[in-house]
Amino acid sequence: MNSKRLTRVSGVALAIVACTLVGCKSVKSGATAKPSEIVVGEYASLTGTTATFGTSTHRGVQMAIDDANAAGGVNGVPLRLVTEDDASKPDVARTVVTRLITQDKVIAVLGEVASTRSMAAAPVCEQYKVPMITPSSTNPEVTRKGEYIFRVCFTDDFQAAVVAHFAADQGYKRAAIFKDIKNDYSVAFAANFAAELKKLGGQIVAEQVFQEGDTDFKAQLTSLKAANPDAVLVPGYYSEVGTIARQAREVGLTVPLLGGDGWDSPRLIPGAGGPGGALEGCFFSNHYFSTELKEKATQDFIAAFRKRYSTSPDALAALGYDAARLLVDAMKRCPKLDAKSLRDAIASTKDFPGVTGKITLDMNRNARKAALILQVKGDRFTVFRSYTPEQIGQ
Amino acid sequence: MQAFLQQVIFGIQLGSLYALIALGYTLVYGVLRLINFAHGDVFMVGAVVCYYACTRWLPFRNLEAYPDAALANVGLALGVLLLAMAVCAVLGMAIERFAYRPLRNGLQTVDAHFWGMVAALPVAIGAPLPGLPVRAVVWLALGVVFGFLLRPVVSRLARRTVRSSSRLNALITAIGVSFVLEYGGLLVFGADPNFVPTVVPERTFEIPGGIRVGTPQMAILCISLLLMAMLRWIVLHTRRGKAMRAIAFDIEAAKLMGINTDSVIAFTFALGGALAGAGGALVAALTHVKITPLFGLLPGIKAFVAAVLGGPGSIPGAVLGGLLMGLAEAFVAGSQFSAYRDAIAFCILIILLLARPTGLLGQPVTEKV
Repeated sequence: MNSKRLTRVSGVALAIVACTLVGCKSVKSGATAKPSEIVVGEYASLTGTTATFGTSTHRGVQMAIDDANAAGGVNGVPLRLVTEDDASKPDVARTVVTRLITQDKVIAVLGEVASTRSMAAAPVCEQYKVPMITPSSTNPEVTRKGEYIFRVCFTDDFQAAVVAHFAADQGYKRAAIFKDIKNDYSVAFAANFAAELKKLGGQIVAEQVFQEGDTDFKAQLTSLKAANPDAVLVPGYYSEVGTIARQAREVGLTVPLLGGDGWDSPRLIPGAGGPGGALEGCFFSNHYFSTELKEKATQDFIAAFRKRYSTSPDALAALGYDAARLLVDAMKRCPKLDAKSLRDAIASTKDFPGVTGKITLDMNRNARKAALILQVKGDRFTVFRSYTPEQIGQ
Repeated sequence: MQAFLQQVIFGIQLGSLYALIALGYTLVYGVLRLINFAHGDVFMVGAVVCYYACTRWLPFRNLEAYPDAALANVGLALGVLLLAMAVCAVLGMAIERFAYRPLRNGLQTVDAHFWGMVAALPVAIGAPLPGLPVRAVVWLALGVVFGFLLRPVVSRLARRTVRSSSRLNALITAIGVSFVLEYGGLLVFGADPNFVPTVVPERTFEIPGGIRVGTPQMAILCISLLLMAMLRWIVLHTRRGKAMRAIAFDIEAAKLMGINTDSVIAFTFALGGALAGAGGALVAALTHVKITPLFGLLPGIKAFVAAVLGGPGSIPGAVLGGLLMGLAEAFVAGSQFSAYRDAIAFCILIILLLARPTGLLGQPVTEKV
């Protein structure tokens, strides 16, 4: 009995040793020969509270990788995209990115949309020295997490300054602010907007706050109305903005509302009472992408995207597409495919022709890009005007 | 003065909603001395039912395309209100029957069938099935099978469970039920915020003095007052109401007098559920806030505070507490200190409770030694 068990145990042990040896061997041969494929990792919120963000971005990324493979990959080596779902949760994002790096051995990581999740995963990428490019996280803190973290979109500081310049240009000298006190994005946006508007000679005549989950905003809106502003900045997410707009009209506050990219959702207009509802004619800043832009690269991308997914791309899909293409471009410029040289290649990106505008990465690994001001008209967002970093003095 | 009166109107509207929910807390507390933490989520279910009824189940017509459909839509909207109340009344009774009663009276074999249905729910939702009717049939069939499978387990457990009078067990169960409703809601309804479209025509009137009053506010206020009056009549002038008051006074004595306490307690939960359902439907359809499965959390907590403020167990107290909470919130939110809105409301609660530990209208209870 005992000896039998011993043989069994040693048999298992032998098998494990054999497997390990085989494993070692295959890894070794892979390292010496030319790699048969390049593995790129992506983490996205494919399910959960912001599922539409993740799905949209993933479509753009997948399209860019497939395009690159159709054009011969990177110097003849095909790319493979491994996508992990983080269920819209920061802790899951950290786990799946660790798995991408340690088990799938990805050379670079793409993701995420939400800044909280990008900030959760960025330290992991920094720890393993794997470059990470976020397509659309706008919080300034994200790229401060380390040398290996990049972004292909503008930051909230810039966006708030754009809205302030827009307000000044429109003649909204007396602005009011209605912000979500529990949301970092909203609070920082409001602070930057106020600082910039004051520099431009405007003033903040009233400031009130709300909280995500509130059902009634009428008391605050009434006191904002009493200050008689030219416009009200509501830097929140689309889920609250519609309700706020409806209740604002109800208490007789009829001035335009202003916002940021948190408004960009197909649910914004239904929340405000449908086309022609409470948000009609209001403005918000967004990434430089719209189906109305006439640039050829943009229109080609829109046509290809519609053909593949039979729906129009949004800004998030376009930014996902740009992030992946920028990564492929950096790989092509890279003499040797290791993490350090890939990082340097990404960092030296200059005037890359993206579908969301020309992308140049600055020394803080952020993209300098133009922003659009969109206006709500009927059931769509139309381009009102655009601002480049130079125009607002940044 | 104008701003003051305007905030009073907002405060009363908000307060009447808090009062509706607070009544559910206070009714249950009165008969069982239990804080039913799942009550805020029953309110959420009312809002969700309203959303489905307004967008899918009932043939509402788009007001912009058919302006003359207004009257028909108002009729349907009243139907939605009744439907939400009915669904939430049944939900309240189900929560009492299957979560709280087993704690009070011990587990019974019949409970196996309920848990069978619950166990079958995720399977029915997760399986790739075409259409709602097929899903419902599969759910029922699986639920019955699971129920019979669970019977031996439950009857074994039933012999071991002891009737417990511990209020702590009931309280923890209430929190558990609340989680079941919230995360079950996430499964069915999804986490994306949804909005009820405008189904009834809305107009805002400006009365002399520059004060604005909207039809939605008036509707919320009138319906809440009507429901409270009906509740008062039921509690004071019907046999069931008398039985409720008897149980609130002394449950053991009520049993000895031949009152079927279980059925009266179930009725109490139904009443509370119906009020919360009405509140949920009113909020969803008339204030146009986003509806998510976690949407009952904040209003639920505030209504609970209102119930404590008024004196738990006291019906006029719940109404008074709700109105006070609403007014306090409106005034603070309309002032320079809107960031401290909830903090100030809770400070009022603490100060009042220090002065009157039993709440504004609560009866002091002398413990018999």
